[in-house]
Amino acid sequence: MTATLVDSELPAPGPASPPFTERVKALKAWQRSMLYASVGLLTLSLVRVISGADDLTSSGTIGAALRLAVPIGMAGLGGIFAERVGIVNIGLEGMMILGTWFGAYGAYQFGPWTGLLLGIAGGALGGLLHAVATVTFNVDHIISGVAVNIVAGGLARYLSVIAYDESSGGSATQSPPRKGQIGTVTVPGLSSGLKSIEDRHWFLISDVAGIVRGVTSNLSLGTVAAAVILVASFLLLWKTRFGLRLRSIGENPYAAESLGVPVLRIKYMGVILSGMCAGFGGAFLSVVQASIYREGQTAGRGFIGLATMIFGNWRPGGLTAGALLFGFSDGLQLRSSSSVPALFLFVAFLCAAIAAVQILGKRPKAAALTSVIGIGFLIAYLTIDTVPGSLTYCTPYVVTLVVLATSAQRLRPPAADGQPYRRGEAH
Amino acid sequence: MVDSAAPAVELNGIWKRFPGVIANRDVNLSVPAGTIHALVGENGSGKSTLMKTLYGMHRPDEGTIAINGVDVHFKSPTDAIAAGVGMVHQHFMLADNLSVIENVILGAEPVKGLRIDFAGAHRRLTELKAAYGIELDLDDTVEHLGVGERQRVEILKVLFRGARILILDEPTAVLVPQEVDELFNNLRLLVAEGVTVIFISHKLDEVLAISDGITVIRAGHTVATVNPADVDARHLGELMVGSELPTPETRGSTVTDVVELSVRNLTALDSGKDARAVVSDVSFDIRRGEIVGIAGISGNGQYELVEAILGLRPLQSGSIVLGETDLGHLGVRERRHAGIGYIPFDRQREGLMMDSPLWENMILGHDDTKRFTNGPWIDTRGAKSECDQVISRFGVMTPGNDVPAYALSGGNQQKLIAGRELTSGPTLLIAAHPTRGVDVGAQASLWDELRTARAGGLAVLLISADLDELIGLSDSLLVMFRGHITAHLDPATATPEQLGMYMAGERQEVPT
Amino acid sequence: MRKPLNWRSISISAAAPVVSLLIAAAITSLLLVVSGFNPADVLSTLGGRVGDSATWIDTTQRAVPLYISAIAVAIGFKMNLFNIGVEGQYRVAMLATAVIGAAVSLPAPLHVLLCILVAMAAGSLWATIPAILKVQRGINEVISTIMLNYIAIGLTAYLFSDVFAVRIPGELNPKTKELPRSAWVPNLIEDNLHNLTGFIFLAAILGIAFYLIVFKSRFGFQLRASGANPTAARTSGINPKSMIFRTLLISGAVAGMVGLPQILGDKHTYSSDLQLNLGFDGIAVALLGRNSPVGIAIGALIFGFLDSAGRFLDLESIPKEIVTIMQGVIVLTVVIVYELARRLRERTVQEAASKMLEAGPTDAAAVVA
Repeated sequence: MTATLVDSELPAPGPASPPFTERVKALKAWQRSMLYASVGLLTLSLVRVISGADDLTSSGTIGAALRLAVPIGMAGLGGIFAERVGIVNIGLEGMMILGTWFGAYGAYQFGPWTGLLLGIAGGALGGLLHAVATVTFNVDHIISGVAVNIVAGGLARYLSVIAYDESSGGSATQSPPRKGQIGTVTVPGLSSGLKSIEDRHWFLISDVAGIVRGVTSNLSLGTVAAAVILVASFLLLWKTRFGLRLRSIGENPYAAESLGVPVLRIKYMGVILSGMCAGFGGAFLSVVQASIYREGQTAGRGFIGLATMIFGNWRPGGLTAGALLFGFSDGLQLRSSSSVPALFLFVAFLCAAIAAVQILGKRPKAAALTSVIGIGFLIAYLTIDTVPGSLTYCTPYVVTLVVLATSAQRLRPPAADGQPYRRGEAH
Repeated sequence: MVDSAAPAVELNGIWKRFPGVIANRDVNLSVPAGTIHALVGENGSGKSTLMKTLYGMHRPDEGTIAINGVDVHFKSPTDAIAAGVGMVHQHFMLADNLSVIENVILGAEPVKGLRIDFAGAHRRLTELKAAYGIELDLDDTVEHLGVGERQRVEILKVLFRGARILILDEPTAVLVPQEVDELFNNLRLLVAEGVTVIFISHKLDEVLAISDGITVIRAGHTVATVNPADVDARHLGELMVGSELPTPETRGSTVTDVVELSVRNLTALDSGKDARAVVSDVSFDIRRGEIVGIAGISGNGQYELVEAILGLRPLQSGSIVLGETDLGHLGVRERRHAGIGYIPFDRQREGLMMDSPLWENMILGHDDTKRFTNGPWIDTRGAKSECDQVISRFGVMTPGNDVPAYALSGGNQQKLIAGRELTSGPTLLIAAHPTRGVDVGAQASLWDELRTARAGGLAVLLISADLDELIGLSDSLLVMFRGHITAHLDPATATPEQLGMYMAGERQEVPT
Repeated sequence: MRKPLNWRSISISAAAPVVSLLIAAAITSLLLVVSGFNPADVLSTLGGRVGDSATWIDTTQRAVPLYISAIAVAIGFKMNLFNIGVEGQYRVAMLATAVIGAAVSLPAPLHVLLCILVAMAAGSLWATIPAILKVQRGINEVISTIMLNYIAIGLTAYLFSDVFAVRIPGELNPKTKELPRSAWVPNLIEDNLHNLTGFIFLAAILGIAFYLIVFKSRFGFQLRASGANPTAARTSGINPKSMIFRTLLISGAVAGMVGLPQILGDKHTYSSDLQLNLGFDGIAVALLGRNSPVGIAIGALIFGFLDSAGRFLDLESIPKEIVTIMQGVIVLTVVIVYELARRLRERTVQEAASKMLEAGPTDAAAVVA
């Protein structure tokens, strides 16, 4: 009498993955990052020796890369706080603008550290505005973000006109210079020794020396502060109650609601934190990197921050890697644009490596495509002497699109990102 | 282990009303502590409502709830959780990107200073896992888990919060047989530790296998409470469905022998990681002038079958032929154009533009026909006049044809959609719950419309939970369970026990 | 008998923009007061300009590209697609028009037509990238269009300065080769500083076309259905991928025309002092105008007026930047107020409809017992 139920069909197992890629996938995330970093360093060093572009790994470039990475990284961190709580934040650019303005104002009136703090507050204000619109009124996130950008831009100008006049040295589009400078720190004893190694241009050793020196000499305390904020944010999001609840809201707010989590309150906090990070990034621009506020200073870094967040798969570790990457290409272009073509060679080598992996993984079509791209970059390296600044300017954006296009399946945005939430409306 | 004489759960005289319907009518339920008790009934019988009341999701209009002999009044699930009641919903509430342990402790995280005490949580959960025989990797991401494992996460979630009374809502609805066995083992272990389990289901064989007591609910009231040893599936089926089945009216058969829709060995897979078959090897024919009805508790593959026929879900294998045309390579638009009309399962989600006026909604699905278009332009006047005809012929209660769809009641929306599809002259009509929400009088006239259309040669695939409708309209009756067709019945001779049995999983012996 | 239903709903719809403007004015006034200015001064300065015909000419002149930009955005909005890339699309189109327009020589009306087609094609082409990315890889168009905006900035900067620009002795800024006269579109009103571009006709045509296509054509029906209820649209046979593609391409084509008044009507060349940011302002105007051709026109005029009259604030020592803030605040208040109005209207209509039905049998067939 008992019903015999047919077994459900299990999908037929696919072809076995080759052992090599399996082993790589089996490594823990940090081990994989170490692997990629080492391979990257080796390749970079090789490229430097071949092309003679010593600036690729010089301490000057690395130092610049760090400085340029901070605003992008902070904007991206802001993006993470917002999206991890389910709110898309296109308004990061506007919040950064508020950060630059308030940062410069604070630095002008009081001093650099006050400037940074005021910049954070300014960004928080922008965050609050976005939160009210999206969390309380369920306005579409994109629209609210666009509105915040418009308001922030206008506000910056307006406040400049009010706060600064000719006598103070400012104008509608820039502020008077700051009082004093944020200190830098240099790890004692290493600098000169490393420099001499760096100057020998030895394969790999000199590169490492350059990198280490870049990181340990003349390191702005602002950068140190940014690093502290980054680590603190990671701990907050992954190791505390608040962080777990915040992340759960971005994944499934109704599940969180059903377990008694105060969803609306935490959403507000997440978006305000987002603004604060963006504000810090902006303040860093006007207080540390420059000495004044200038209109248009952010130059889209708020959006690059978003791109970096996506590149980093919404995690602070990936974000840092992305910010450093974009900072590096920015820094190289700034300090020695003649070295930029050497990057083409680097990409060509990368393509070769990826194509090799793809061939091992039995994906000949993908491998063919990658090889063609690699050859293209090789030709570019051999034929182009200097890349005009306006094209290198496009790098972070192109890289973002490429990352999005090629890894869209492996990217994991928070599941409830961008969706409206109304209390009690679980299905 | 159970020493208290009071039942773990006692519901007395529960009444719950919603606008237009009485969901629970003087319901009584008594569950002894440390047992597994099943609550059995069809869709809409009121069992889910009853359990939501027990879990504090709403308050009863009348009646009392007692937990372990103590009267309680729950204002929200938080109160119920505090009283030791935990509910595992049919639709899991999990965050895919978080780990198992994060999902379990969310909202009740143990802390050490500022940080979450993951180590402590790990320890506690490992104890729970061992005590109740639950196998789970606490650090795995939920995304990677299969359905059975996700359910275990939900169970662990309630156990972690100290639940001693577990309510499981249709727990085996999405499980394959091995997972069902695993679940039942877990339940037995739980009960051995003194936990009480209430289990909502319509799967009679499973209910008989696992429960210590069974309560049958039908149309809002308790029909019987029985001991599984005293009954078999046949009896249960009869209790669940009711011993009165509507008798079909005698009428002349309009069934021709021209096959309009021919489905052969249709198999479709679930979208998602598990890729289990949601429609399994389904074959049937519908002839011109015939109504084929599909009975079955919703969620057993009927919706996916319709998706496959319409082209919204790809086939894993099998074929669909409409008239002379193999639909296999055709897109949705071509299939609709080939003559398929569709009265959808969920009218608001699948069939209407809520903010648009009624006459515009008439165009939905038919924006390439001459009735509504004039070359590349919409024929507004034609659409409005067609709309007016449908409004009058099908009795849609509305002030006019330019009222937005959201202003209509559900029943009137349904009438509009039914009218839209019937007047478009299809050769095959897929009608899913065509009279859901429609008042009795209008229901009868809609049925007349269907019969008239059938007499004119229309082939109809009718899916319904309304047995009156199924028995009254169908020329032949199929039953679906877990994606398979489990029986072909003649509505004139089908008995309630038969229907109930097949709907609950019994397979018909098919002579080959 | 249908009137009561409509009147209440119409009055809510009409009240919404007025209410939002009032709220925006209130917020801006607050800001002014806090920074030590008198809102009444601002009001009187701006209000004083209402009677000045030169201001109105200038307003309309500014409104024309805003209108085109907003129409481009609105097409996407109707399908819940956010084409933030109007900015990049029109920049690319401007360069293409200037370069190709200067490279050929055709009799006058044809030359202008060619330039318009080039602009549409360029904008459309730039929009195919996010369209392909969305349809093939599922990449959200917001991010991809923003990225492409910046790529467009870099690309056009490079192509302009390194490839197409010509240094003319005596002139400060490099420009591309000037367009021959046959490609010049004359101004409607030519009054020294106050011109009105002939492209106002193009804007009007676009508005009419938008209305006809979106509300009267089959494609428009499919567009609105896809935006209103993607599931129902798909079930009814509408192909979502095809819709996304077509919509983004059309939006891009319209976006390409945003720069035409400048290239063909004003500067006749591509240079580094062209008007930018029309893409983002277009989004604001589309929101303000609720994606309707008439609403957008009013919105464009409001923004244009604020920009034009705002210049006179400086004379009163009031920072004219308050205008930009006002525009941003208007966008936010408009969206919030419209959402609240929508909910209110829904409730009103539902109540009215059920009351009407309870009142007795209507023309609709009585319920059969």
